[in-house]
Amino acid sequence: MSARHDSADTFSRRKLLQGMGAAGALLAFHLPVRSAESPDAGAQDTFAPNAFIRIDRSGRTTLVMPQVEMGQGVYTSVALILAEELDADYSKVLLEHAPPSDKLYANPAFGIQVTGNSNSIRAFWKPLRKAGATARALLVTAAARQWNVEPASCTASEGVVHHAASGRKLSYGALAAAAQRVSPPADPPLKDPKDFTLIGKAQKRYDTPDKVTGTTVYGIDRMLPGMRFATLAECPVFGGKVGHVEEATARSVPGVHKIIVSEDMVAVVGDHMWAAKKGLEALAVTWDEGPNAHVSSQQIWDDLRAASEKDGVVAKSEGDIVQGLAAGARHEAAYELPFLAHATMEPLNCVVQLKKDSCELWLGTQVIARVQQTVAKLTGLSLEKVTVHNHYIGGGFGRRLEPDMALKAVRVAQQLDGEPVKVVWKREEDIQHDIYRPVYRDTITATLQDGRVSAWKYKVAGSSILARWLPPAFKKGIDGDAIDSAADVPYEIPNVHVAYVRAEPQAVPTGFWRGVGPNNNVFARECFLDELARKAGKDPVAFRRDMLGKTPRLKAALELVAQKSGWGQPLPARVGRGVSAQTAFASYIATVVEAEVDEHGDVHLRHVHCAVDTGIAVSPDTVVAQLQGGLIFGLTAALYGEITIENGRVLQSNFNDYRMLRIDQVPRVEVHLISSGEAPGGIGETGTTAAPPALRNAIFAATGVALRRLPIDRAALARGART
Amino acid sequence: MPDVRQLTINGQAHTVEAPADMPLLWVLRDLLGMTGTKFGCGIAQCGACTVQLEGKPVRSCSLPVGAVAGRAVTTIEGIGATPIGAKVQKAWLDLEVVQCGYCQPGQIMSAVALLAGTPHPDDSDINAAMSGNICRCGTYVRIRDAIKHAADLPD
Repeated sequence: MSARHDSADTFSRRKLLQGMGAAGALLAFHLPVRSAESPDAGAQDTFAPNAFIRIDRSGRTTLVMPQVEMGQGVYTSVALILAEELDADYSKVLLEHAPPSDKLYANPAFGIQVTGNSNSIRAFWKPLRKAGATARALLVTAAARQWNVEPASCTASEGVVHHAASGRKLSYGALAAAAQRVSPPADPPLKDPKDFTLIGKAQKRYDTPDKVTGTTVYGIDRMLPGMRFATLAECPVFGGKVGHVEEATARSVPGVHKIIVSEDMVAVVGDHMWAAKKGLEALAVTWDEGPNAHVSSQQIWDDLRAASEKDGVVAKSEGDIVQGLAAGARHEAAYELPFLAHATMEPLNCVVQLKKDSCELWLGTQVIARVQQTVAKLTGLSLEKVTVHNHYIGGGFGRRLEPDMALKAVRVAQQLDGEPVKVVWKREEDIQHDIYRPVYRDTITATLQDGRVSAWKYKVAGSSILARWLPPAFKKGIDGDAIDSAADVPYEIPNVHVAYVRAEPQAVPTGFWRGVGPNNNVFARECFLDELARKAGKDPVAFRRDMLGKTPRLKAALELVAQKSGWGQPLPARVGRGVSAQTAFASYIATVVEAEVDEHGDVHLRHVHCAVDTGIAVSPDTVVAQLQGGLIFGLTAALYGEITIENGRVLQSNFNDYRMLRIDQVPRVEVHLISSGEAPGGIGETGTTAAPPALRNAIFAATGVALRRLPIDRAALARGART
Repeated sequence: MPDVRQLTINGQAHTVEAPADMPLLWVLRDLLGMTGTKFGCGIAQCGACTVQLEGKPVRSCSLPVGAVAGRAVTTIEGIGATPIGAKVQKAWLDLEVVQCGYCQPGQIMSAVALLAGTPHPDDSDINAAMSGNICRCGTYVRIRDAIKHAADLPD
């Protein structure tokens, strides 16, 4: 079946190109992403100067992608950076998913192979440029030696080295074998950004042509000969175990092949997903619900509120907070954010073939090396015996920073006789056994003097994801992610005190979710600033701008978004504009949301403007797209997102009760890029953190109701409308 | 007892063995290996599994294969062979609509059906036809623009 897949892939692309006329020219360069194990990888005459670049003697240039593509456009951006410094023929490069290797492909920001925290381009910007420049220098040196000329007298472009004085030229392919024998230079010169021909220019994405024809193979699409299909269920109560299972009815479902009962989950293996699903539904399982059977959202909130009264660990202290709070009018508020599920469009899945002495996995993951390591540990196999094939990801948002789906799929495979099995989670199981964005409670006390904030005491209370996920990063009781955008305040405030209280919710597992730590801190800070502006009798934009003297890039973004959004111009009744400003992920972003609140408390989005200075935009249209999408992701969470717990289990189950914004609710979203020569910032998370406070402040402006929790409480807005 | 069925998908005849209540989605994906049609929710809430049944968009996760016999099914693998399908795919690429792309086969199948019945849709037509398709990446702004762009593309 996989062979047919591959031929269908090639065929449909050809057909697409033929059918598209003018578009064909644009797409002609597009070639498929190959699997990690390529026949030319170790070939004698292949030039392989580092883990990212290979050029064979035909000139075929393969770029290995250390970061995984989950929609953020990173394959295109990484390829652009490598090809820019390599002076490759960008129209002909091939992309390859990297295999698992912390040694070769560790993200410099984490020290392990991981795609997350909007730092692919930030962390790899210099290493990838250097990798490209080194390869280019070697190819140029190889050509210069062949011609007996100085390397400095040669130039390179589009995969060819030229010697202008003699009119000679050699292709990279012709130089591959010789370049492989040249010693690499210690410090190859990088291009001056003014000489960039690819970075910052309009480029089409690599991954999208296959995605519009349905030929892209996500993990869930992997087919293998003789494959079985399985789906599973864990105890609805977190941490519960399997009690008794009545299998007879399930066994009689046509197509059911095997029923697997383990300590903490049941799975049904069938000839197809429908058999597996029907079989699972026919299983009569009595669960041993265990100690968490009485956990509720109410209890978790009570616990968190109590924890947030503690002093916490001081993360930052500037000026004199005691004296600062003693002077001027004092204001206090607390902001609360709910549990959230990731709800990636591609439900959790993993294909596994476990044999006696090897294990092979096919899935889309943000942590491929961790998947390999944890599977090796589970199976007792050595690392080399565990092969992991990465795939395009149908939505990550942090969910695929965890290896749990691979471990559970391997446990299913352990009960089979070596045949491959595709394990697919039902949507309900995906939502109810997520690893959730934690609940947070942020408390702020501030004083105002002369229309400015003079003291700022801020405390984050919430789960430490890093303490579980990357223990060495959790130092001295402080989670750097949880306080991201709390400790680094962009505004000029003379007295600042920031503390963190680690508070783990009972039973509910917590993990990274798009926007990560800044989700809670940008929200709390920017909401409170609007309340303070009102106390100070100042316009929210002017109030912020007057405190941004030391952050000119953010100030410029704020001024631009105010101008573009028509800030200050009159609006109809019950319509408001709200602003937020942030420096998270090293991007300087100001956002204005315009929204209407009707008499029922329903919120109607009217317009979103966003101004962004993200430094050098490697792929400018991708920056715009990520912000458009990220803002909508954040607005979705602000309007609807909440996972609630009752009797130890998640109450939501699918898109009917865990709602998403749909096209009819989405307004124009205009993104205004600010040209910059600074190093690139992160972008994938940014819109998600920017939108909720801007929306909340728009509601505040429209109604006077100062909401301090998400999601937005329509009942409170309806009450506000009546009073 | 074999449950053999004849299906016509993208103009081609297929024979499958499947129970009558098996949703078309799983017949396509697991029996025929046509994985362009996606599983998203299983309850007709997200539209990722949208295919066309005689030109009308349907959610294949909730459409029993027994109800499909003798009726023409078109999937994302075949829609590019139609003039409107090719235009929509081109418009999607011209405007770089796609991010993760998982929902886009369903979005495209809904958009093609819309344009077949309403060659120049306005915003309310688009809202009505497309609000059954969720995009978690939030590509809605570009989907709207791309549908209008596709409507303006020459044949």
